[in-house]
Amino acid sequence: MQYTEIMVRYGELSTKGKNRKDFINRLAGNVQKVLRDFPDLAIKTHHDRMHIILNGTPFEKVDERLKLVFGIQTYSPVIRTEKTLEEIEKTALELMQATYKEGMTFKVNTRRSDHKYEYDTNQLNQLVADYLYNHMTGLQAEMKRPDMVLRLEIRQDGAYISNQLLHGIGGMPVGTAGKAMMMLSGGIDSPVASYLAMKRGVDIEMVHFFSPPYTSEKALAKAMELTSILAKYCGKINFIQVPFAEIQETIKEKLPEGYLMTVQRRFMLRLADMIRAKRHGLAIFNGESVGQVASQTLESMAAINDVTATPVIRPVATMDKNEIIAKAEEIGTFDLSIQPFEDCCTIFAPPRPKTKPKIDKAREYEARLDVDGLLERALAGVKVTPIYPGQKFIDNIADEDAALL
Amino acid sequence: MIYFDNSATTRMAPEALETYDQVVKNIWGNPSSLHKLGDRAHQLLEASRRQIADLMGVKPHEIFFTSGGTESNNTAIKGTALAKREFGKHLITSSVEHASVANTFNELENLGFRVTRLPVDKEGRVNPEDLKRALDSDTTLVSIMGVNNEIGTIQPIREISEILEDYPNVHFHVDNVQAFGKGIWDQVFTSRVDMMSFSSHKFHGPRGIGILYKKEGRMIMPLCEGGGQEKGLRSGTENLAAIAAMARAARLVLTGESEKAARETAIKRRISDYLAGKPGIHIFSPMQDNFAPHVLCFALEGIRGETLVHTLEEQDIYISTTSACASKTADEASTLVAMRTPDDIATSAVRLSFDETNTLAEADEFIAAFDKIYRHFAKINHLGE
Repeated sequence: MQYTEIMVRYGELSTKGKNRKDFINRLAGNVQKVLRDFPDLAIKTHHDRMHIILNGTPFEKVDERLKLVFGIQTYSPVIRTEKTLEEIEKTALELMQATYKEGMTFKVNTRRSDHKYEYDTNQLNQLVADYLYNHMTGLQAEMKRPDMVLRLEIRQDGAYISNQLLHGIGGMPVGTAGKAMMMLSGGIDSPVASYLAMKRGVDIEMVHFFSPPYTSEKALAKAMELTSILAKYCGKINFIQVPFAEIQETIKEKLPEGYLMTVQRRFMLRLADMIRAKRHGLAIFNGESVGQVASQTLESMAAINDVTATPVIRPVATMDKNEIIAKAEEIGTFDLSIQPFEDCCTIFAPPRPKTKPKIDKAREYEARLDVDGLLERALAGVKVTPIYPGQKFIDNIADEDAALL
Repeated sequence: MIYFDNSATTRMAPEALETYDQVVKNIWGNPSSLHKLGDRAHQLLEASRRQIADLMGVKPHEIFFTSGGTESNNTAIKGTALAKREFGKHLITSSVEHASVANTFNELENLGFRVTRLPVDKEGRVNPEDLKRALDSDTTLVSIMGVNNEIGTIQPIREISEILEDYPNVHFHVDNVQAFGKGIWDQVFTSRVDMMSFSSHKFHGPRGIGILYKKEGRMIMPLCEGGGQEKGLRSGTENLAAIAAMARAARLVLTGESEKAARETAIKRRISDYLAGKPGIHIFSPMQDNFAPHVLCFALEGIRGETLVHTLEEQDIYISTTSACASKTADEASTLVAMRTPDDIATSAVRLSFDETNTLAEADEFIAAFDKIYRHFAKINHLGE
């Protein structure tokens, strides 16, 4: 028995009247992206569902990817057969024998779009159910709330049979909400914030600050690998690395200790905003959670946010640390996030940062610096790397060394 | 030369030696160093670990590198006994284990642990029912070898695993030093097995390196404290050249594993067929699925095993008395004794052990050489009269 196609039902987007077409195309594009290394697949979109024709590709492989794509409500693996009653019965039996577990209740649910078909839906329900009864032991029918529904659809080009309803992760297709910059540090929170942004359809690009030689190549590799984990949810994410050491050194040299953190963050936000403008993004996302650390008090947020009028969205702002950790574990970023490579948020962190910095003070201190020059030089060193699901950056042995094994 | 002593050690694969050589020359950084040289070594170390884990179908963080089978066995057994001493002090093993297991239990017994040594039947196999009876609430460890090194018996690891499903807190260790690459993985490894020992030089890798598999979640105490390498279980700077060479040897030996095992079986069968029914010959390794394909142990009544080893050696044929590790001490074979084989026959036992490079032509050559020796000794000892 082999599934011939997957029927995908759209999520929330079904309700979005006039934008529907854009949403469907976007979802199809995302599905195409996450399945790009299965060349035999054919993807067909309709107004209410999508069909992925397997052409011999194992369903399980596709399933692993599909269950991570935002915008999919449910999907079912389907077998297409000839429209003869014999073929339908034979296939239905195979399918039931492969998936039915003792004690489950079931029913047959038929739909016909081929209205000239020789049997009507009631007849088909009856015929197929009888056939299954006669060929399997222990089957129990249940009309109201069956454990398993054998769905049969008679269309012009064949009969489509399925008995599994699998749940996707819902949300909106990534890209339908527009583009934004995500400030990714490499800790636990920002990957979760990234996930939540994508869940609402935001096409994120990662902005990561790194400060060699204060931060190691490993810290950069870690952020890139986190991005590759998150790319499973959308197919591809651009990773933008921004050199930050000169700014940090300058601030450390010239400003009083209490404001080191606040002013550093102001620079980060300015840079993220300038990159956003250049790349036509609409907003900035970050992983701040209210009150978690000194830079995340409301006073700090106000003093930092002072540098831009662009919306700064904080998806995990009101989550407890435990909730964030649970989510990080669920999306597969936690184990990597806790790898101990120093990032640029921890180096140059003053022992006693101001938890209630004043906006005026921050502005006043900054006036001592060549702000434009510093920003310009940092932007000149920006590097953009497209990152795909499953790419490895931390465990990354050179080919010639791998050949020794 | 005919080398039929592959259970003692194997010849290193040229590819493994090449890897060893390249790593020693070019990738000599300490994997713990932060700089590039260290990172390159670290990458190779972890890639070796991943490769071995993939080959065994386990997780990379369940693979620990040790100095060999002996250290892996000591670590698994003492490490469990010590880590779980608060919960119980009863340990179970078999009466046919390799010295590195048997003597470790002797030592623990001296330290106050209670040790049950399960008896074996006439094929050298433990009876799972005996294990059932031996288990009690004080038991913390069961250690049973996968393949016996003297006669090749495969122990009923699957049945033992089923019994131990009801004792989830008991650690189950399997000494699989003789079992790697012999096409019998399903018989010697189950999801209930918590720890396994392997030795690189038994599968064409270098000496001085081995593997301890330890399932995630199982806690044991390290034998060596130090810099915390191998997640604290085995401190000491990693022997990277040997580790990488072993990873390569493991891959090579598992390539075409079933064909290789079939070839070894054919050699064993050819020689078994010749020996069968000869007066004065006792075969301890029958042609059965519950015996390893590469070990053939037999005795020629009235002739000490040692004498046979040296007589064949003169013809450039290398075999062993029953276990190379014990063969220099005068002890008769422990497995055969545990099987209640009479002493005079046990001291006559020899072991042939094959690998995938041996051929049927070598088997025939061995048979021709042995036949002359046999007829000579048969005459002296009046065998078959």
